[in-house]
Amino acid sequence: MQWETVIGLEIHVQLSTQTKIFSGSSTQFGAEPNTQANEVDLALPGILPVVNEQAVAKAVAFGLAIDAEIGKKSFFERKNYFYPDLPKGYQTTQLEAPVVGPGHVEITLDNGETKSIRIHHAHLEEDAGKSLHEDFHGMTGIDLNRAGTPLIEVVTEPDMRSAEEAVAFAKKLHSIVTAIGIGDGDMSQGSMRFDVNISVRPKGQEEYGTRTETKNLNSFKFMEEAIEMEVERQIDLIEDGGKVRQETRLYNGDKKTARAMRSKEEANDYRYFPCPDLLPIILDDDYIEAIRATLPELPDAKEKRFMADYGLPQYDASVLAASAAMADYFEQTVKVCGDAKLAANWCMGELSKFLNQQELDISACPIPPENFGQLLARIKDDTISGKIAKQVFQAMAEGEGSADEIIEAKGLKQVTDTGAIEAMVDEIIAANQAQFEELKGGKDKLMGFFVGQVMKISKGQANPGQVNQILKKKISE
Amino acid sequence: MENKTLKQLSAGLASGEFSSTELTRHYLDKIKQHDGTYNAYITVTEEQALAAAKQADEQIAAGNAGDLTGLPIAYKDLFCTQGVRTSCGSKILDNFVSPYESTATDNLNKAGMVMLGKTNLDEFAMGSSTESSYYGATRNPWDTDAVPGGSSGGSAVAVAADLAPVSLGTDTGGSIRQPAAFCGITGLKPTYGRVSRWGMVAYGSSLDQAGPMAQNAEDAAMIMNALAGFDAKDSTSMDKPVDNYLADLNKPIKGLKIGLPKEFFGDSLDDGIRAAVMDAVKQLEAQGAIVKEISLPRTELAIPAYYIIAPAEASTNLSRFDGVRYGYRCEDPQDLADMYIRSRSEGFGAEVKRRILVGTYALSAGYYDAYYRKAQQLRRMIKQDFQAALADVDVIAGPTTPSPAWKIGAKNQDPVAMYLEDIYTLSVNLAGLPGISVPCGMKDGLPVGLQIIGDYFSEAKLLNIGHQFQQATDWHTRKPTVGGNS
Repeated sequence: MQWETVIGLEIHVQLSTQTKIFSGSSTQFGAEPNTQANEVDLALPGILPVVNEQAVAKAVAFGLAIDAEIGKKSFFERKNYFYPDLPKGYQTTQLEAPVVGPGHVEITLDNGETKSIRIHHAHLEEDAGKSLHEDFHGMTGIDLNRAGTPLIEVVTEPDMRSAEEAVAFAKKLHSIVTAIGIGDGDMSQGSMRFDVNISVRPKGQEEYGTRTETKNLNSFKFMEEAIEMEVERQIDLIEDGGKVRQETRLYNGDKKTARAMRSKEEANDYRYFPCPDLLPIILDDDYIEAIRATLPELPDAKEKRFMADYGLPQYDASVLAASAAMADYFEQTVKVCGDAKLAANWCMGELSKFLNQQELDISACPIPPENFGQLLARIKDDTISGKIAKQVFQAMAEGEGSADEIIEAKGLKQVTDTGAIEAMVDEIIAANQAQFEELKGGKDKLMGFFVGQVMKISKGQANPGQVNQILKKKISE
Repeated sequence: MENKTLKQLSAGLASGEFSSTELTRHYLDKIKQHDGTYNAYITVTEEQALAAAKQADEQIAAGNAGDLTGLPIAYKDLFCTQGVRTSCGSKILDNFVSPYESTATDNLNKAGMVMLGKTNLDEFAMGSSTESSYYGATRNPWDTDAVPGGSSGGSAVAVAADLAPVSLGTDTGGSIRQPAAFCGITGLKPTYGRVSRWGMVAYGSSLDQAGPMAQNAEDAAMIMNALAGFDAKDSTSMDKPVDNYLADLNKPIKGLKIGLPKEFFGDSLDDGIRAAVMDAVKQLEAQGAIVKEISLPRTELAIPAYYIIAPAEASTNLSRFDGVRYGYRCEDPQDLADMYIRSRSEGFGAEVKRRILVGTYALSAGYYDAYYRKAQQLRRMIKQDFQAALADVDVIAGPTTPSPAWKIGAKNQDPVAMYLEDIYTLSVNLAGLPGISVPCGMKDGLPVGLQIIGDYFSEAKLLNIGHQFQQATDWHTRKPTVGGNS
């Protein structure tokens, strides 16, 4: 049977505010346990929440970025359940009237197809603390530093049909969040966490199958693996005559295993009701327009502009536009080297490879874009070849100076002196008389061999175009 | 220093007749001597009180004292007070020493007031008799076999028995006005949002409001001047200028339009109270007020609406008492569920458990629409009834309670009978309006209270009416025989 996968996502995005959503505590990551928890975060008797306006502004910015309806009157509700890292015994969140209503996000797949994913809504809420199970000898420690960190939870419609679409969506959402600066998007610190709802149905069937929810995926790779594993599990289960149970699952990315956490039948009754300690958030058009005015260029618009202004292919444009920091780096590089396609190739190639290897973000790149542009300019004006440029790039990355300084210091300037190149060509011909006769006789495949040999004795510094020309001249002599 | 009003004591401090230290010592001695009979206090903060009094004396000597500098006060044990146990009358908070100060008490401390201690209350302010406290029942000084009302019973008794010249209470459904009526003192519940709730342990968050419990309206006005005001830490507090509550006290009430809701004078009203309240109304008429009958048709519905909304809010407000971070934790918990269940089962008393269960039920899936949402609709209608009535009259007057103080133990086995006693006070909290109770007579040796309800932020007018009434009557000056009459 042909199966169709149906995927919907819920994404928790930590908002990068200085202080928590309802208290003045810092939201800095990595502090000693409970040093960033004041009386509000500890839920002492008598404390009251006050909404952080920055959190609201960031949620509105997100809504505008996904072309959503903004809730002019939204309010907070209490979601009641007991858990040791939930200090008040309820989470302050939004249900009936969220701040961000329906919107949509466009994704581009590897085959160039585009698709619109509908956003059901996004709501503001507070994060919980953390339970620490190690080092307490059979007991559990509670760290409330994270309790009260502002989040938006983004809920999509079940519009995705494969792991590839889900990952493309997740990456797009990540690029929007970082482009508009509402979150740092650092997934290793839990700044963005994905819950994936997955079901399968026979192709052509309208009705959805029973879905499971895999919680708290914090990398694109784990997300892809978890989806593929869960889809296969569900299909195998059904094909063997079984039934999918509605349940919450956990995926372990290190061990590549997944397990059921709890079944939905034991689900809590959360007893949502409007939080009496907080007034509704009323937003007027002036406020919303003022936030719209602060929005930077969004990834989609940037992609279109890169295609139009720089003549880049869509693939290049979308890769570069996905990260606002990378896009800025690219544009500064172009300014110096004057060749957009060359800059795009190098940003996506050598530069990205290097950053990945070093596990560095582009914002922490040791090579300033001006130097990177200078390097590319030297390729363009034939001072060095692409191959030598890679060598210069490594030296720049190691902090040996600017491109020009390194080329000069290491004597890497390309040899363009015809006489010098001719002498090297003659040397190679003399050493390989037999092959040269074959080349002359029409065995064109040997051309590469001769160019390669010349480049080798020139230590890569001969201009390959000139080598070619001179060799051709020698053949026809 | 014996049986003096706050204003008289303020004058005594200013003239140097006695020092704050002497005054504070006087009250501490009286508490030691008599509170065994009444159980008004849970905690007496002698050391802090004497230190604060010393500081006040220095301020007075330096000539930068305000009206309230050096005057003692008692706080209901539901206000968080830094470094002092804040128990809420519950075993679950018996070991809780607050690391921070509530805004209400902070305002009064900053005005130079001297905290004598923390007063008894129904556990988590849930009750009308101050019998449900973990620290035992408080007794009414007019009849020590009778309840003082509640939940601010300790604060009411402290003032009535002159174990404090003034006190602070909180009112969610009548918890200032009803014990004030039962104990023969003056109690004001301000407009919701006039006094900050920061640091007040929450019962029904949309209803709770702090206010003064005093010997008369003038003393209450002195407290309100320091107590009221916007607080950025409370999102529901109102950013609105505060009146000078002393300024209008002597304004004549000639031409004041008073509405008497016929629903407040039905069959359930005690005849002695009816007579006392009607005498008081005649007195106000004699002073120039114009009286007319009005209707608040949804008065009876306030009881079911209140007993859904307040428990619903309470059920989640009290979730934080889980044994994890502070407060009572059961011995040797076997696992997480065991810790939650036993800590809460052992830590909360019966009435608190009852209200948590009622509130949890009312918010549950499938019942929310039938209970919580309906109750909110009723609340809006009750508010509209008041607004319609107040478009026609300046204030609304009637009895504070349907009957005088009952005997200890008489109603605490029948919660519904006790809930019905709140009929005249609950609707005022549901509407968020201010209300005052002033003594207006006696029934079989027990005080009777007249309640006056005003429009939003009309506290100055209510205090003015109370003061004018007290200029013409002496009910507020009558004192019980302290030392016990049982």
